[in-house]
Amino acid sequence: MEKRVVFRSAWLPYALLAPQLLITAVFFVWPASQALYQSVLLEDAFGLKSQFVWADNFTALFRNTDYVSSFGRTAVFSILVAGLAMGIALLLAVMADHVIRGATTYKTFLIWPYAVAPAVAGALWVFMFNPRIGIVAYAMHSLGYDWNHQIRGEDAFALITIAAVWKQISYNFVFFLAGLQAIPKSLLEAAAIDGAGPGKRFRSIVLPLISPTSFFLLVVNIVYAFFDTFGIVHATTSGGPAKATEILVYKVFNDGFIGLDLGSSAAQSVILMTIVILLTVVQFKYIERKVAY
Amino acid sequence: MVERRPWLTVLAHVTLAIGVLMVAFPIWVTFVASTHRPEDIMTAPIPLWPGTQLFANYSELLFSGLKNPSAGGVPLWRMMANSLVMALIIAIGKIVLSFMAAFAIVYFRFPFRMAAFWLIFMTLMLPVEVRIVPTFKVVADLGMLNSYAGLTVPLLASATATFLFRQFFLTVPDELAEAARMDGAGPLRFMKDILLPLSTTNIAALFVIMFTFGWNQYLWPLLMTTDRQYMTVVMGIQRMINVADTDPQWPMVMAAVILSMLPPVAIVVVLQKWFIKGLVETEK
Repeated sequence: MEKRVVFRSAWLPYALLAPQLLITAVFFVWPASQALYQSVLLEDAFGLKSQFVWADNFTALFRNTDYVSSFGRTAVFSILVAGLAMGIALLLAVMADHVIRGATTYKTFLIWPYAVAPAVAGALWVFMFNPRIGIVAYAMHSLGYDWNHQIRGEDAFALITIAAVWKQISYNFVFFLAGLQAIPKSLLEAAAIDGAGPGKRFRSIVLPLISPTSFFLLVVNIVYAFFDTFGIVHATTSGGPAKATEILVYKVFNDGFIGLDLGSSAAQSVILMTIVILLTVVQFKYIERKVAY
Repeated sequence: MVERRPWLTVLAHVTLAIGVLMVAFPIWVTFVASTHRPEDIMTAPIPLWPGTQLFANYSELLFSGLKNPSAGGVPLWRMMANSLVMALIIAIGKIVLSFMAAFAIVYFRFPFRMAAFWLIFMTLMLPVEVRIVPTFKVVADLGMLNSYAGLTVPLLASATATFLFRQFFLTVPDELAEAARMDGAGPLRFMKDILLPLSTTNIAALFVIMFTFGWNQYLWPLLMTTDRQYMTVVMGIQRMINVADTDPQWPMVMAAVILSMLPPVAIVVVLQKWFIKGLVETEK
């Protein structure tokens, strides 16, 4: 889409664009190209010499069992977070769409975790699950399960999953509710008159009509689980115990800043960038077509 | 509601109530813990009803801070102030820069217009976590560590805000620009007197989202600030929890958690209407 009426000036548009473009070039494009460049170099520990090694950093990564298992872990984590956060949010949105009295109150109480920082959400849950004093851990002890996320990997993984899901429900809820409220009531009424009950109406009208929203949310949730959960992991488990919660974005940080393995960290950055680009492309393909399956 | 089904309405209320409880329970536990003495939070089960230390804990935390080595000595008000400065600069900066960029892209024809558009678009694909090491190096080389500039400037570019403004400008009737031009208004005058007032709801929506984004930054301030004077509250909490060799001072940490959530949560709840509109529209 283009404007018919435009202004004319030889310098003004450039001046208006300059600040944004300058920041983009200095802090986005340049670092990204540096990551690309570094990912094909092998540097010694003092940063004095570096040597061009083609794709060695990448092949080394995929031969490294730590990295491969971190990849698998991240995949499981994203699927769990996206699935749970979307499922719970959809259930709540369907219910909120149904009630008339108190709908606004429920909405207010459900949306605010959006504003809580991932690291803070992590702090909340690490306190709830603290093996010695946490209220949930205490309840589990009395039920006979000896919760300890500081020692047991599965417990730590469950902890970051719960914190990540808790924070993301509100976001999904907002979108599902908006999607549900956009469905014409006349469609549902016609189906009801024809004898379709609530379950049938949900399956054959509501679900297909909110499928674009669901698909969009799926991509956003995967991106969230991949990247925005860094704060949760760093503030709660620091990737441990024994790397049980080391997801990819945490590993990039850890290898780059703590391990100082620049070539490997850069190669990991490039892989992550590729993943974001793929997800963004998928997203935009879908927006172009606006599919309702 | 399409038809009356009382049991369905009851089910809906029950489900929503459980949902609200699930969301709110951790906050309640946190708040309760922040009102007790440290001794009360040493053994399970911890109390589930507020104690008497509300004012004592919060005022000590706000005005003198924690006495552990990693977060030591920085009063929380200082961290909150840093977070506020950071969030405001990021929110306002992103809105101003994106507004200008979108105006240039929509209302002018010039060489490399689409190139500029795609360059801005690219930033969407490069979250800071992904290019963290080289970006850190750039900022360090520019001597921007431990400064508000280092905390904010690298985060000021915004593809989402530029897109939102662009979409909105495209819906503004051409007649307005035509009329303004006929009356002798230049582009800047048109931007200031016509587009800006028309964009207020979009700006409000973006403000809520960008303020929250800025306030909740974690990894970036963690790397940018070695000087405690620039610590933000969200990263400060991590320092308070991960103390070596001893238990965290839970009541204080939990009070910090509550205080760190208040500003963004308040903005989201108060500006709920614009927030939801903004969220749903920017992501389209």
